[in-house]
Amino acid sequence: MDAVLLSRIQFGVTAGFHFIFPPLTFGLTFIIFIIETMFLKSGEEIFRKISSFLIKLLGLVFVMGVATGIVLEFSFGTNWSTYSRVVGDIFGAPLAAEAIIAFFLESVFLGVLIFGRARVSRRVFWLSAFLVFFASHMSGLWIIVANSWMQTPAGFEKVVVNGVLQKVTLTDFTAAFLNGSTIIRYIHVVLAGWITGSLFAAAIAAWYLIKKRHEEAARHILKVSLIVFICSALLQLGSGHAHSVQVAKTQPEKMAAFEALWNTTTGAPLAIFGIPVESEQKTYLEISIPRMLSLLIDLDPNSKVAGLNDFPENERPPVLLPYMSYHTMIGLGMLFIGIAFLGGVLLVTGKLYTAAWYLWGLILLAPLPHIANETGWIAAEVGRQPWVVYKILRTADAASVVVPAWQILFSLIMFSAIYLLLFMMFIMLLVKFVKTGPEEVREGGY
Amino acid sequence: MELSDSVYQIIWFILIGVLFAGYSILDGFDLGVGILFPFITTDDREKGILARSIGPVWDGNEVWLVTAGGALFAAFPLAYATVFSGFYLALMLVLFALIFRAVSLEFWAHDEKRRKIWSWAFFTGSLVPSLLFGIALGNVVYGVPLTEQFEFGGNFFTLLRPMPLLVGLLGLVAIIVQGSTYTAMKTEGQVHERARLITKKMMVLYALIFISVVLSTMVYMPEIADKAMVWIFSALVIISVGAGWFFNSRDRNGGAFVISSLSFAGLWGIAGSIHFPNMVRGAANHAHSITIGNSSSSSLTLKIMLIIALIGMPVVIAYSAYVYYIFKGKTTEA
Ligand code: HDD
Ligand code: HEM
Ligand code: HEM
Repeated sequence: MDAVLLSRIQFGVTAGFHFIFPPLTFGLTFIIFIIETMFLKSGEEIFRKISSFLIKLLGLVFVMGVATGIVLEFSFGTNWSTYSRVVGDIFGAPLAAEAIIAFFLESVFLGVLIFGRARVSRRVFWLSAFLVFFASHMSGLWIIVANSWMQTPAGFEKVVVNGVLQKVTLTDFTAAFLNGSTIIRYIHVVLAGWITGSLFAAAIAAWYLIKKRHEEAARHILKVSLIVFICSALLQLGSGHAHSVQVAKTQPEKMAAFEALWNTTTGAPLAIFGIPVESEQKTYLEISIPRMLSLLIDLDPNSKVAGLNDFPENERPPVLLPYMSYHTMIGLGMLFIGIAFLGGVLLVTGKLYTAAWYLWGLILLAPLPHIANETGWIAAEVGRQPWVVYKILRTADAASVVVPAWQILFSLIMFSAIYLLLFMMFIMLLVKFVKTGPEEVREGGY
Repeated sequence: MELSDSVYQIIWFILIGVLFAGYSILDGFDLGVGILFPFITTDDREKGILARSIGPVWDGNEVWLVTAGGALFAAFPLAYATVFSGFYLALMLVLFALIFRAVSLEFWAHDEKRRKIWSWAFFTGSLVPSLLFGIALGNVVYGVPLTEQFEFGGNFFTLLRPMPLLVGLLGLVAIIVQGSTYTAMKTEGQVHERARLITKKMMVLYALIFISVVLSTMVYMPEIADKAMVWIFSALVIISVGAGWFFNSRDRNGGAFVISSLSFAGLWGIAGSIHFPNMVRGAANHAHSITIGNSSSSSLTLKIMLIIALIGMPVVIAYSAYVYYIFKGKTTEA
């Protein structure tokens, strides 16, 4: 196999595995911050116990995020060294800024959350909870800046020698930072994290309620996390829509791939389901809403939307994978809105804590936001192909030239094996922590 | 204020040195504790105390590495790209080790059935990077084969030449001393005494290896004898090692730890003074050397990064110090 393909697979595997954890961190730090605020205000012991319990879970999630994050940080140099050379002037800065502005703050104060309850005042502890919440969301911002710049590059100038791109240099920091997609991508990813983390916490609470254990704590956890879940699931529809419009405007061939729109169409339909076959330029079993895509993108049912045939053949993204991933994500988004709606009704009518069918539903559905996250990234990243930096640098030209394929194969096998082991340990300890529960949780770390 | 390109490059050369030095001093002590972990303790109670002594701070320390790597990428992308792709296999080993290191304390604490495995995983995860970082540094300083395109021209075994290996050993010993002086400072009783004994022996080894590195470097690169900074920093290292030995023997553990950290800073000072203005020395042909001049980012990037670093790092250091203060004193049982 060739080195570029192996590096792509390795990046996908390691980034995909890493991204199991950051969304949980987003959601959990948010909920912990809410609960700590309630504790600070009311001083009731139950909130302290709940928070200590959630901090314990966060500690486990965080350690996994750290272990897998370093790999990605290094991978730009190890596997994508040509990429690093060409865009280092712009791309390195957010990674460094992420560490200085966010990772330090996050890890230092997480130390206080996990080990320091007995050593600091309630106010300082609350502040630590806030800082961990704030810093984890800041770290997400910088990496999203880096990624968004690859999707919609801005604020740079090309240095070309003899018709070959040598590098790009920064000309406008603000333009590069904001580019065309940072803000909407950041909102979308943060909401995705809140959906993921809140459903995770809600599912644990639901399990306690079914088992009739830790019931008081469970009711508090369920209520807080369900409210977070309802708000973020609803907001995600709006942010997703805005994100789609942004993609249609800034990366039209990607949107054409998401919708398997083969030919440029006036009054384009919105695809709901189908199996696109690239070689035949045809979508089988297609279900679609007429004129809806035009309406959503341009607020005009008769507007013209560019199809794949409008673009040079060597600049078209693959269709099947982005199409399937994109629609899976949206389908799940709709499902979450449904769950949120039912939960809201049960909460208002006061039946939430006893509706066993709904509680079971929460438990079974809790892993689904992860699927939405992974498919969302696959849609965004594979849909950007064949470019690594949109319209500037091709993925095929971005890889390290000195690393032989067998070495990448070796590291890929090792990462896969190690991650499998890590994941099994993660699940095992998670189950163990949940079984212990908020009443018996031991504060103060190891 | 407009500074010239080369001023920004020199500032970033120094800052990256400071970041790596900060990393080796801070993460150095918890890597060192990791290497001593199975040897210096006899039971789970002692291991628990050792784990808790670094528990709240090790990740913050590791972020120094993430920052140094990120800063290298941002400031000297060409050097970052060449070294990271050229040393691929070695870095993968470091990554596998760092992954295990990150999770193994957590797993050790909660997976009681497999404590032995996680204790050794923590050891291995700490040992491998402690050794390989020094070897990598030795290679960049003494030089590696570089092509005309500034790509690495050697293979995995190029990295294992005697001089870099010696530097690797030096780094390893310095890290063990960081760990043992820290342990002596944070613990009481048996573990404390064992840590002091290790410091005592390791300080002698440290001095021996250091002197052999200096002498063989003189033979290998005689031109460095003219650089005053090399001698100043060498004197600092030698004095620190002696003073560390003295403080340790008087049971003044805080002092011994500070001194040990100082010696580490001295090692980085030497490496930086020999190395400047190279980022990666071309072994066969010095014309192919990667220097701060031919590898750096644009001045605009360097300037923005400098602003972020000059505002950000003092704040980082201030709150880190505060958190160390929160956890000050001897670590006790939970
Ligand atoms: C800061 C940059 C950045 C960020 C935040 C992400 N990616 Fe990405 N991704 C890349 C930078 C990148 C890359 C280095 O540029 C790759 C390698 C090859 C390529 O085209 O882009 C890439 C490729 C890539 C591929 C392979 C696509 C292909 O080659 O067909 C997948 C599946 C993902 N990524 C998935 C993810 C996931 C799950 C992420 C969530 C953490 C993620 N990416 C975040
Ligand atoms: C592909 C590019 C990425 C790189 C290079 C990267 C790098 C890293 C690194 C080095 C860490 C560990 C920091 C530490 O030691 O504390 C980390 C953790 C983290 N990353 Fe990533 N990351 C990437 C993708 C993402 C994305 C897309 C997000 C979210 C939007 C994200 C959010 C986080 C968060 C919140 C943490 C904190 C630890 C945790 O979540 O458990 N990262 N990342
Ligand atoms: C409700 C309907 C939704 C719509 C219309 C939508 C829209 C989009 C679009 C257009 C992208 C691709 C952006 C690009 O290619 O640059 C995207 C990416 C993504 N989506 Fe969604 N989304 C929805 C729901 C969700 C949900 C429920 C989640 C997770 C819980 C989620 C998580 C993600 C993630 C993690 C990404 C990748 C990061 C990014 O590019 O923003 N999405 N979404």
